[in-house]
Parts: sequence; C-alpha cells; structure tokens
Amino acid sequence: MQWEIVVGLEVHAQLSTQSKIFSGAATAFGAAPNVQACEVDIALPGVLPVLNRGAVERAVKFGLAVGARINHRSVFARKNYFYPDLPKGYQISQFELPIVEGGEIVIDVEGSARTIRLVRAHLEEDAGKSLHEDFHGMTGIDLNRAGTPLLEIVSEPDMRGPHEAVAYAKALHALVRYLEICDGNMQEGSFRCDANVSVRRAGAPLGTRCEIKNLNSFRFLERAIEFEARRQIGILEDGGSIAQETRLYDSVKDETRSMRSKEEAHDYRYFPDPDLLPMTLDASFVEAIRVGLPELPQAKRARFVADYGLSAYDAGVLTASRELADYFEAVVRGVPNEPKLCANWVMGDLSAALNKEDLDIARARIPAGALARLIGRIQDGTVSGKIAKELFEAMWSTGKEPDVLIEERGLKQISDVAALEAIVDEILAANPGQVEQYRAGKDKLFGFFVGQAMKATKGQANPAQLNEIVRRKLTP
Amino acid sequence: MLNLSLKELGALLAARKISSAELTRAFLDRIEALNPALNAFITVDPEKSLEQARHADARRAAGDAAPLTGIPIAHKDIFCAKGWRTTCGSKMLANFVAPYDAHVIERCTGAGLVSLGKTNMDEFAMGSSNETSYFGPVKNPWDPAAVPGGSSGGSAAAVAARLAPAATGTDTGGSIRQPAALCGISGIKPTYGVVSRYGMIAFASSLDQGGPMAKSAEDLALLLNAMAGFDERDSTSLRRPPEDYARALEAPLAGLTIGLPREYFAEGLSEDVGRAVEEAVAQYRRLGAKTVEVSLPNTRLSIAAYYVLAPAEASSNLSRYDGVRYGYRAPEYTDLADMYGRTRADGFGPEVKRRIMIGTYVLSHGYYDAYYLKAQKLRRLIARDFAEAFAQCDLLIGPTSPTVAFNQGEKSSDPVQMYLSDIYTIAVNLAGLPGMSIPVGFGKEGRPVGLQIVGNYFSEAKMLNCAHQFQRATDWHARVPAGIPAI
Repeated sequence: MQWEIVVGLEVHAQLSTQSKIFSGAATAFGAAPNVQACEVDIALPGVLPVLNRGAVERAVKFGLAVGARINHRSVFARKNYFYPDLPKGYQISQFELPIVEGGEIVIDVEGSARTIRLVRAHLEEDAGKSLHEDFHGMTGIDLNRAGTPLLEIVSEPDMRGPHEAVAYAKALHALVRYLEICDGNMQEGSFRCDANVSVRRAGAPLGTRCEIKNLNSFRFLERAIEFEARRQIGILEDGGSIAQETRLYDSVKDETRSMRSKEEAHDYRYFPDPDLLPMTLDASFVEAIRVGLPELPQAKRARFVADYGLSAYDAGVLTASRELADYFEAVVRGVPNEPKLCANWVMGDLSAALNKEDLDIARARIPAGALARLIGRIQDGTVSGKIAKELFEAMWSTGKEPDVLIEERGLKQISDVAALEAIVDEILAANPGQVEQYRAGKDKLFGFFVGQAMKATKGQANPAQLNEIVRRKLTP
Repeated sequence: MLNLSLKELGALLAARKISSAELTRAFLDRIEALNPALNAFITVDPEKSLEQARHADARRAAGDAAPLTGIPIAHKDIFCAKGWRTTCGSKMLANFVAPYDAHVIERCTGAGLVSLGKTNMDEFAMGSSNETSYFGPVKNPWDPAAVPGGSSGGSAAAVAARLAPAATGTDTGGSIRQPAALCGISGIKPTYGVVSRYGMIAFASSLDQGGPMAKSAEDLALLLNAMAGFDERDSTSLRRPPEDYARALEAPLAGLTIGLPREYFAEGLSEDVGRAVEEAVAQYRRLGAKTVEVSLPNTRLSIAAYYVLAPAEASSNLSRYDGVRYGYRAPEYTDLADMYGRTRADGFGPEVKRRIMIGTYVLSHGYYDAYYLKAQKLRRLIARDFAEAFAQCDLLIGPTSPTVAFNQGEKSSDPVQMYLSDIYTIAVNLAGLPGMSIPVGFGKEGRPVGLQIVGNYFSEAKMLNCAHQFQRATDWHARVPAGIPAI
C-alpha cells in the first residue's frame, strides 16, 4: 500500500510596519548590531509594551483576505523561556484567543484547485539574533530584530506531499505580498516556514509528526519534507516508530536532524500578558480594512480569463504577483485590443530578460508604457514581429523608446506596394528556374521567394503584403 | 523647618525666605546624620540633588515655578531615574544605573521636585518588613527593634524620621499602606492605572501601582497631583482628564456614609490596633459621618488568590534578570545554563526565589487551571464584594494592618505569618481600588496604628477629604518619633 505524506505549515510572515510591534524602534533590515534596539527591546527594568496599530491592521487584512473570522476580542500572552536573544525571558504572542481564526487558501495542484484550511493566524514579536562566529568562544547578541512584528499563520495538515506544501507556501507568499502586509523577502527572513511532517498508509489515521524548523526557501521546504518523509517511511518499514520531536534541516547535507525531543520540549507557561489589556476591535475598524482590500489573486485570475480572454494558465502566470499583474494591465491599457499579444510579450521576452538578469518585475528595464508602444508598432504594421524582437533587445539595453530606435536603425517596415513589387520582380527575374519549378507544382518554393525578398529588404518587408505580391506575381 | 508641610515649604520658597538649595542641603545633612542608623536610603548623591535644587531655584527666578518647585522628596528605589543607580533592593541590580526616567520621575521633575535619593525597599518589592532588601533592613524610627513595614519601608521611615518631607512608594499588596501604618505616616495607593507604571520596576504588573507617602493627607493630595497622569507608554494607564486631588479636602463630612467591613474587625485583629481604630471610627461619627456595617465575605480568599497571581506575574517579570545584558552576572560559569543558574541563584534573595518558584509552579502545564485561572475567578468575586459594599456606603474604613510593627526577625522565618500581615490591604489591589492609610494612634510599645480608607474607583479626592478632615481634628499625624533627634 502507498505511503501518504501529510504536511501542515506554520509560516512566520514579518509584517511591513515601520516600527516594532511593541516599541517605537525601527524595523529596517541591515542596520549595525543593536542600533535599532530601544530600551523596550532591550527589556530594561521598568519598560512596558504598547501595541502597534499597523501590525493589527495588517493581521486583520490577512484574516479578511482568507475568509477567516476576525476575533473582536483577542488576548496577548507571554510565552516564557530563557534564551540570550530573548531579552524579556518571554515572547509576547497570542495563545488562547488569536486575532484571526479559520479561513482557507486555494492552491492549484496539477490544474485542479485544492483548498487548504487555516487553523489561525496570530500576532507575535520576533526574537533577536545570536551570532556565534567572530567572537572567539563567546556569543554576540543583536537585538535589532527583537520585537519585529510577525504574523504566524498555521495551516491544518491538509497538504499531501512536498509539492502541495510548496504550492501552498507560494500561494501564501503571493497573498501577503498582494496585501502589502509583508515584503516576502525570504533571504532576510521576512517569510519563514516550519513544516509538520508525518506519513501514513492511505486511509489510516494521522501518523506521529515531526516539526522541521526555519525553512527559509521554497527549495529547502521541498527538500526537507522529501528527506523527512523518506526518513520516517524508512523507520516505519523497518518496523520502528516515529518519535515526536523538533528537527532542523541542514541544507548543506540535505538532511534533517533532531533538535529536541518531546520530553525536552519547553513548558512555556503561557498566561495573559498583564501589561497589555485584551485587544478589542470594533466593527468599523474591521470594516474600513475590508473596504480597502485590494483585488485578491483568485479574483484577479478569474477576471483576466473573462476580460482578456486569456487561458487559465496564462492568467495564473500573470497574477502570480501583484506587480506582474499590474505591469501586464498597464501594457494592455496601451494596446487595448491585443491582450493575448500583450500576455505573450510579458510572459515571453520580458520574463526571459528578467530571468536572465535575475531581476524582479519592479526593476524591468522597459516600462510597461514603452512595451505597449512597441506592441502598437507591430499592430499598426510599422514593424514585423521579428523586427520587434530585435527592437525589444535594443530597448532593454539602451532604454530608448521604440520609435526612436526604429528611426535610428531604419527598421521601418516596407509597406509600399510599388517598392515591394519591384523587389519581387527582380527576384523572379534572377531565378527563372525556380519560377518554372514552382509553376510546375513545387509549392514549397513559395517560401524561397518570400525569404529572398525579406533578405533583400533586411527583414523590413511587411510580411502580409509581401506574401500577397509574391503569390500574385507567380500566378501565370 | 523639617517638620513643615509641602504647602508650607512651597510658601517659604515662593516668598524667597529659603532657597531650594538651602532646603535640600538641610535634608541632606539630616540624612547624612541619621541614615546610618535607619538605613532608609540605598543611594544618596548630594551633588545630583543640589544640582536639581539649583535648577529649581533658577526656574523660580525665571518666574517658571509650580507649587512644589524646589521641594526635595525621596524616591523609592523601584523607579528608574536617569543617571541614578536603581537597584530595586536587589543584588541583581546593585550596579544598574538607569539610562532613562520613569514617568513618575519625569512628572516629579516637571513639577520642580528635587530628588533626595533612592529609598530602601524589600527586594523587588517582595516583603512586608523591609528585611528582604539586599542593602539590609530599614529600622522603624519609632523603635529600632521594630520593622518599618514593607515593601516601601525606606520611604515610610524616611518621612517618619523627617529625612524627607514626602516620598514616592509603590503598592502591590499593601506596600504603601502597611509601612505608612507601621511608621505613623500617611500614604495612598490610587486606583490602578492612575499613576503610570512606565519605569517602575515590575513586580506583579496587574497589581502594582505607584503613589505618594507623606506626613498628611493634604501633602498626599499635592504629591499625587504631580505623580498622576495618563502615559501612552503604559497600556494600562487610564486616559482621563487631569484632576486636582486637593479640590475636596475642606468639604465637611456630614452626610458621608462610612462602611465598616465586618471581616476587618474579626479574629486576627490585635486588641491594641482594634481599640485605636474604634476610637477613629468614633471620631468620624463626631465629624458627622454615618457608619454602617458591611460585609466583604471573600476577603479571606484574597491572600490565597494574591499568592498565586502575584508570584505568577513576578516569575515572568523577573525572567529578564538573566545576566546577559545588564545587572549582576555570576563571575564564573561553564555554559549558558550554568550562567543562568548561578546568576539567578546568587543575584536573587530567598524571598524572591521563593516567589519565582511558586509562580513558575502555578503557571506550569497541568496546574494553570487549578491555580492561575481559579485565582482570577476569586479576583472577580473579591471585586464584586467591594461593588456590593459601595452600594451601601461612600467609603470603607478599617485597620490597615492587624498588628502594630512587629520586631525585626520576628516573622522572617515564617513566610505565611508574614503574608498574613497584608490581610486587609491585598483585596484592594486585587480589585484595583484606591486605598490609603493614616495614623490614628498608638498600640503596644508605643508603636503607631494605621487606619485604612478604601474608596470606589477614582474616589481619591473623597478619600483624601475624609483623611484630611480627620487630621484637622486630631494630631496623630503630627507626632514625631521620640527617639529621633529634635528638629
């Protein structure tokens, strides 16, 4: 019987507030150690937390976007444990009453939609960083990150295998960026995953799970789950049993290893934080956020299919990020009757150029308006599709407008019938043998004449007109 | 001069009969002379105090003086004061110099008050006798064999011995009222949320509240005016319009209904304290107040609830003292766990460790519901008792403490006996209500007796009025300990 891999994810999304969740210190990444740690972040004696409204707004935004229940009363709790980069000796989190409960994310699995249910999403603060290198047997503590707002998003164990887990993580990643509540930068740790992995025989009850901590790329997520599932299956097939534990993924060795067992697990002694009163949200606060929600990926995808006549696949690619979708729509606004052509350019040449330089869409070297003007020149017959590709490359490297390049390089398409006829006449005259063969029924030679004419015009002949003229002239 | 009220000192300063520098110097001299025997102060820094005094004099010269500008007071060493060593009575913070001001310190500085130094206290405010201080016990100015009460024992002793005209204190389960009672001075713990906790080192966050300690109710009102006020850095601070706590001092008491909680006059109350309190009740009747008997049936549960909730919060609040960033760190250790273990074993005293252990236990997995949640329920029952009582009366009065000051060492080996000395004060913190203590006579061995006045939420002005009218008719509050050199 087949093994089934069961995965649930806990994702920590860093919320994009300017200041920390309980203090006024800045959250910007990359500052010198401890310069963004104020007295509250350092946990000096006597300091107190004050909740950042912006973090609450972002959590509500998320909850509304996934159709979750927004709890109008939620409670901050202290999670107590000792660690040098946890300055208070407790993390302020939410335990019994989180701000967001329920909701779901729809993912695409091999062309069909699957719904992943969410358990909850709660607000909490990040810890600082321990730096073990460069201190000669000592540990350095950087508290810049301490107090950074996080939204921990917990799914049900609804994913079956690494691919679904990655699809879910990507959908979540796209969503938080759509909502502009998280910058999604995985290298900087703005979007981190913990995976709960178990295996079972199809139809059997859930197996014992292991939690793999701190996976900060989609690739590591996939490989860690693959490794962990293989490990568990190996143990079970050898007649062993799985011990519930927390494991770490080593990306260099591509394996997971035990971090702590269930017996070693902390007793966090959660209790409501007496420094923060229960958080109450009034209906108007939530409503104002609901009204301001942007169009979400699913709705946008459906609209792209309906309004632009795109395939579901193309709509999916173009709505993968809000920036890409916005770019596409800006191109379409320039050439409203050619959405399919626009889609091909954005998904084809533009994406290829971006990938080649590892750029994201925000840093595309050709603005949407310029790409639209280029497509417009194909549409109005000024240039052929082939010349347009050449122009695209020139636009990418020089930043010049298409019309400027067409003028500079003399690439304007020849649509002058008399001029084209003269060229075709010359070619037919120079190749009497081929003309004879063609007229004798060798249809394939048609392409030869068109090719010669294109060569003579350096590709600038209007292809439709050229075809028509060649056909007419060859007809005896 | 050292026996004058804040109002009188303010008038002298306003009339330029004395400068703040002269006044401050006089108190500093007295501290220098008497503190070695009393041990009321942990830190005195005459240069800093005099600099503040000169600044106050400059303010006055510039026509920018407030009513209290230039008057020196003492601060409990639980309030962070920028540039001052702030120890909270602990070895853990014996080397900690605060880099910022507590809101209370900011408010006092803003009012022009001068700091005479930081007063001794039970370690992390955990104690009722000031014997848990790392800096040694404070002596009761009325009798050096007696404790001054706690945890604000240093502030109470300093005011009683006239080392300071007034002082700040904090009260988690009686830590302003009980030492005020045992040292024969006045003290008020306002409604929870009236005084900001920002910069006040946390013991039990949901119970801690700062307040003034002084020789009279009138002085308390003036100092509370300076200390109270909304602070956006404390999420439990109450956003209310500022009020003048002295506004109702002179109102007559005719028509006032005073409730006498039956449970406060029952078994456990010592006979000498009972007699002094009864006499005070009689005085109130003479002043025109009516008395009714009321009941607070859940009072008996308050100590049990408190000794679950306060240690639970404390166990978490004190986790930050880990030797990593500031304060004490054990000099030798083998690894991280050993560093934590030794730092906290050496840095905290036995009472603090006892409460951290109790708190850790009651929050543990499997015990939380039975202890913490249950205690929270009791807390609501206790608050409801008071609500029902205040339907029948304006204020409650009773003893502050069941006995007069006990002897040094008498209860320090029996924590439960020590905890029971807060039986009348703790319920007030659990309910978040304002409570105060004023001196109403003397009990055995000539030790002072305190009367507790408890009001409904935000009734501080009425309570101070009630206390002030008593003090106009009596002179208990003006008595100075006999063993203290004349002024």
